[in-house]
Amino acid sequence: MNMSKKEYGDMVKKASPNSKIVANCIKAFAVGGTICTFGQGLYALCGALGASRDMQGMLVAISLIFLAVLVTGLGKYDDLVKFAGAGAGVPITGFANAVAAPAIEFKKEGYIMGVGAKMFLIAGPVIVYGTLSSMIVGLIYYFVR
Amino acid sequence: MPKRHGAQTVLFSNPVGITAAASIVGPKEGEGPLAARFDRIIQDPMFGTESWEKAESEFVKTAAEMAAEKARLSMDNLDYIIAGDLLNQSTGSIFGLRETMRPYLGIFGACSAMGEGMSIGGMLIDGGFASNVLCLASSHFCSAEKQFRFPLEFGSQRPPTSTWTVTGAAGVVLNNAASGQAITGCTTGKMIDMGVTDAHNMGAAMAGAAADTIVTHLNDTARKPDYYDLIITGDLGYVGKELLLELTKKQGHNIAANHKDCGIEIFDKDTQDTHSGGSGCACSGVVFASHFLEKMKSGELNKILFIPTGALMSPTTVQQGESIPSIAHAVIIENIQKG
Repeated sequence: MNMSKKEYGDMVKKASPNSKIVANCIKAFAVGGTICTFGQGLYALCGALGASRDMQGMLVAISLIFLAVLVTGLGKYDDLVKFAGAGAGVPITGFANAVAAPAIEFKKEGYIMGVGAKMFLIAGPVIVYGTLSSMIVGLIYYFVR
Repeated sequence: MPKRHGAQTVLFSNPVGITAAASIVGPKEGEGPLAARFDRIIQDPMFGTESWEKAESEFVKTAAEMAAEKARLSMDNLDYIIAGDLLNQSTGSIFGLRETMRPYLGIFGACSAMGEGMSIGGMLIDGGFASNVLCLASSHFCSAEKQFRFPLEFGSQRPPTSTWTVTGAAGVVLNNAASGQAITGCTTGKMIDMGVTDAHNMGAAMAGAAADTIVTHLNDTARKPDYYDLIITGDLGYVGKELLLELTKKQGHNIAANHKDCGIEIFDKDTQDTHSGGSGCACSGVVFASHFLEKMKSGELNKILFIPTGALMSPTTVQQGESIPSIAHAVIIENIQKG
């Protein structure tokens, strides 16, 4: 049939429904905001209980990671992300989910080649490029300061 | 009379009977609109095993046993077993069938497996090389997600164009003594690449192949679309269906009046959150083996063109930026007089 890939691409675009951006943004804002507010509440609580500033941040991070891994293990975190998108995917809880999910999925392939090798399947790039960009920013800061 | 017609079509000298067909599905399919049609619905997606892959093989094994039993054959009566699935190295089929001790032909045509299997099986029988052939196709949502996308518990959103892999397996037994429903020929598809690179829009990737096979079939046989009560594609979904109708119309064949898609039939998109529809090798397999074959038995349908469709890609080819070649195999199934 005489049809260029571009012509067909235009046809496909017309036939393919788009995601509901406005509704998705509102859900992401609400859920993401709730997770962060909860974190901030924890931070204040730890402070009230006498934790130092450094300790407060660490306790909040550990608590949120623990909760996200627990919810992932219960099979519910993916439902939350399905509803809230980046609102649940971007906070530290989403990162914990990205590590826990492959660890659960690849347990059948053993602890070395399964859990160990596949655990950072999704989170790996975040760690690699997160570290790399913080190094670059650090270097720039060093010279510009 | 020559068996080969036109570019890609063969018409059998003797119709190849469909002696029996069995369908077995997972829980989500069992909540869909075709629930009452399936032979068995398994509520446990693990099917009593300890991994998704083993579960898929269990579906294959069970479908094979059920199909043979419904055809009143023992496994030993099967001259060939032809099976296909989506897992790497076709392990879904292989590990489900490794104890059958029957001649085995493993095929890969992605979700077109049932069409490819029935075409090869039909040709084997019409060629006089076999009396009984069992064709199988399987897929499993969880094993497919694990291989093609993300771990199951990883949170992500599916775009509206994506499809939901059907969990299940279908078995169709073909026989040289035809009565009732029979395969009278097939049009083997060629690989068509429309340049689609989005693995979340496989309906769009496959619509070109489906259109090509349908138009080629109609030209090869000099038939019009209304020769068939229904023209049934495998798993194009809503997006692919729209594109297929447009593509066939552009080539002079309007199939809008009698086109159905198994991917649209199997789920209720409003209540089951399946976006563009169902997909996977099992999709066309189980919908044909239950829904459409029953409609032929009841006489509601007499002639159908069944066209399972497959997107031929792997996660590696998608990551390397390759577009998705696709394929569609048409099988002609007609009610014939007993005798």
